[in-house]
Amino acid sequence: MDFDLMFTSFPKLLGATVVTLKLLSASLFFGLIIGLLFAILRLNKNIFINKFAYGYSYLFRGTPLLVQIFIIYFGLGQIEYLRSSFLWVILKEPYWCAIIAFTLNTGAYTSEILRSAFQTIKPGIIEAGKSLGISNKIIFYKIQIPIAIRQSLPAYGNEIILMMKGTSLASTVTLMDLTGVAKYIISTTFKPIEVFIVAGGIYLFMTFIIHNFIKYLEKKYSFSQ
Amino acid sequence: MNIFKKTILTVLASLFVIGNVYADKIKIGTEGAYPPWNSKDASGNLIGFEVELAQELCAIMKHECIIVEQDWDGMIPALLMRKFDAIMAGMSITAERQKTITFSQGYADEVASLAVMKGSSLVGMDTPEGINLSLGGSDVKKALKTLTGALAGKTVCTQTGTIHQNFLESGDVGSVNVRTYKTQDEVNLDLTSGRCDVALAAAVAFTDYADKSGEAVTLVGPTFSGGAFGNGVGVGIRQGGDDAIGKRDAKLLKDFNKAINTARKKGIISKLAIKHFGFDASM
Repeated sequence: MDFDLMFTSFPKLLGATVVTLKLLSASLFFGLIIGLLFAILRLNKNIFINKFAYGYSYLFRGTPLLVQIFIIYFGLGQIEYLRSSFLWVILKEPYWCAIIAFTLNTGAYTSEILRSAFQTIKPGIIEAGKSLGISNKIIFYKIQIPIAIRQSLPAYGNEIILMMKGTSLASTVTLMDLTGVAKYIISTTFKPIEVFIVAGGIYLFMTFIIHNFIKYLEKKYSFSQ
Repeated sequence: MNIFKKTILTVLASLFVIGNVYADKIKIGTEGAYPPWNSKDASGNLIGFEVELAQELCAIMKHECIIVEQDWDGMIPALLMRKFDAIMAGMSITAERQKTITFSQGYADEVASLAVMKGSSLVGMDTPEGINLSLGGSDVKKALKTLTGALAGKTVCTQTGTIHQNFLESGDVGSVNVRTYKTQDEVNLDLTSGRCDVALAAAVAFTDYADKSGEAVTLVGPTFSGGAFGNGVGVGIRQGGDDAIGKRDAKLLKDFNKAINTARKKGIISKLAIKHFGFDASM
């Protein structure tokens, strides 16, 4: 075991963690917006809107994230029409390709998490709002959405952790995230065990922080206060 | 439940048997993704210059060999972890790698080159046809200066953990915006898509791709050899030691060196090189 290597690679890996966190926060932010939007579409009574939303979540939950990122990065890059369009400004950059893939993936899972949370809201709560003369719109924004978000916290915490680990796939499209830099160090030192242990430790620490943050939120917004 | 147990025992037993049968064969690791050095055919069989050469060398050594596939970025770690005994994967002999493993004498050598898509501003760069970094001199210096200017602000793509990456990061051509890929295939894809302005690899890797894909990939600038580009391609083997495995590795190195000598004298290496590269890359 080469402890010196572990010490010298730690600051480099920590620097790369910034890239990982940027990818994670950007895709979670856009993913939450998409997830909320598609969760609402899933609850729509119109069969076409409903099926469209279901199709999206089925497609992105039913295929591996690695395949999705490869299709968006290498696949779309092969289409000549796209390369000459304005979209290429974004698709040319591996960073944006990764964020698009991660966003669409987490958006699909988030929409399912939120949809089930909406459906578990007891009808009595909504009826109580109606009998107080509150409009449907305000019931939705002030009652349904807050309750759904609280309900979905445990499952969404899991999704954040899964997504955090998923960002390691960014290294397959040349990004120098935590895994990318770990692989780079290994390519010059030929010592995978030491470097991956340090990288794994950093991932574990991030999981620890996310887990406890979600736990704190769960407690803070617990129903039984 | 009994049948279940039996099945598990049978599977476990067969694993041990296979492990034993393979124990005295030489296992050779190759990438299978760097044509024409080594690649795979449509049905997934390993083919190419090194796969055929390995079979010839094993025939000369009168030893049974198995050629196994291994991703490039894990090649040396896998050798060190004894997943196989030798590397034949277009791996150049460099001082950096020799800190960790040892090499047989070189069996083939091939120059590296930059490549761009037709119409790039780099086409028609004013440099000598080839430069040898080990020789140095004013010609080499001048060419490196021209390259430094030409590559500034460009995205240069190459495969991870290669001599090409080492060269780009050596500072010989200034500070370059290097992007690294897991395989040469991916480098080729992003060169055609336009995400890479320039790519660096073995010259044959580009000409082979241009031939097969029909894409307008063209070589530019000088061909490179010497210095960071190493001293030819050899068989990578673990450094010998005093224990049983270490002694076996030391013997393997000797055997490979002898076999390469014989193959060279018989003209086997030249013949295979001409077949796969289109010119005599043997050394």
